Amino acid sequence: MLAVMRRDLLLAMRRKTEVLTALFFFVIVTSLFPLGIGPETALLRKIAPGVLWVGALLATMLGLQRMFASDHADGTLEQMVLSPTPLFFLVAGKNAAHWLVSGLPLVVLAPLLGVQFDLDPESLGVLTLGLLLGTPVLSLVGAIGAALTLGVRGGGVLLSLLVLPLYIPTLIFGAGAVQAHTSGLGAGGHLSLLAALLAMALFFAPWATTAALRISLE
Amino acid sequence: MLSASNLTCVRGDRSLFAGIDFEVGAGEWLHVRGANGCGKTSLLRLLAGLSKPAHGEIRWCGQPANDDVFRGDLLFLGHHAAVKEDLTALENLQLASSLDGDELSREEAVAALRRFGLQGREDLPVRFLSAGQKRRVLLARLVTRKAKLWVLDEPFTALDTRAVQFLGTLIGEHLEQGGMAVVTSHQAIPIAGGKGLDL
Repeated sequence: MLAVMRRDLLLAMRRKTEVLTALFFFVIVTSLFPLGIGPETALLRKIAPGVLWVGALLATMLGLQRMFASDHADGTLEQMVLSPTPLFFLVAGKNAAHWLVSGLPLVVLAPLLGVQFDLDPESLGVLTLGLLLGTPVLSLVGAIGAALTLGVRGGGVLLSLLVLPLYIPTLIFGAGAVQAHTSGLGAGGHLSLLAALLAMALFFAPWATTAALRISLE
Repeated sequence: MLSASNLTCVRGDRSLFAGIDFEVGAGEWLHVRGANGCGKTSLLRLLAGLSKPAHGEIRWCGQPANDDVFRGDLLFLGHHAAVKEDLTALENLQLASSLDGDELSREEAVAALRRFGLQGREDLPVRFLSAGQKRRVLLARLVTRKAKLWVLDEPFTALDTRAVQFLGTLIGEHLEQGGMAVVTSHQAIPIAGGKGLDL
């Protein structure tokens, strides 16, 4: 599992542009809203969690297709499937690498971008914590879609159609956590549900991805 | 021992081959021959467990060949380059090994690449290598990975005559040590013995 993580991180380092594109996409999309709406702080505070979460969702989608596609194209995926190491662990390792490269930077940047929406420090904390719990779910669930659409022509659009609906629970609880916090209800419930989603995804998603990969390769 | 009985492969509505039987024992190798599109690669993918036969069964040492034991004994090299273009030859070889669960020291990996005539190219990203050299990076796994069964799909393509000779010798040594090989090739293969299978 560590070997495949090391490999994918090394590959990401060699192809920095792919990683940076998604990151800049996130920065630009979330910055366009305050610029477009103008200095109406009350409105901005209200839409902030939704905008930041949708931005994170779409930025994750950008890199998703490449998760298995390049390995499929050059035949290294076949070698992984045939490796004596169980495919479940290799898939888990790829997921972990994908999150480190595309999820973690979003978590780190989110509090900075949240300042544009006039969020108070506590709300920023809740937002970041929510993203920390939610972005791994996005990687894990997205991997299932990426594996299913492997080798399909026009797979990119199909992937979005498959995966975005599955992201809805994460979006609702993630954005809801910040809203609940600002309205004084406390974010505990929402964050617990996000953690529950993460636990479920950690357990089931690599298994489903493994099955999807075997089908796609046949 | 690898044995296949009554193998049938169906692609779409078309039956590629049916009722294939063969056995490969220790020290034996099987040369799969046939025209383009007759199902050689499909047969090898069935053997490796990448796809399932419509009928029939493949057994490895008496057990159905789909478990981790079989994958531990198997080395399948398809017609893909199966190397990452952005990584160096050395990184490719070392990472491929560690994915299989055995760590390869730098010296071992360099030695394996040298045997395939890649000295001085170890630290070059693979995208700067020629097709034949990429092929050699992949084939270096034959030296580093201890597998009993080699399933090789057109291993001689893109190789020069010396490399073809060397690969032949390597397969010969593997067979002498009790290994097994299933090879597809349109060329005459410079290895003694072997059973033929015409699709």
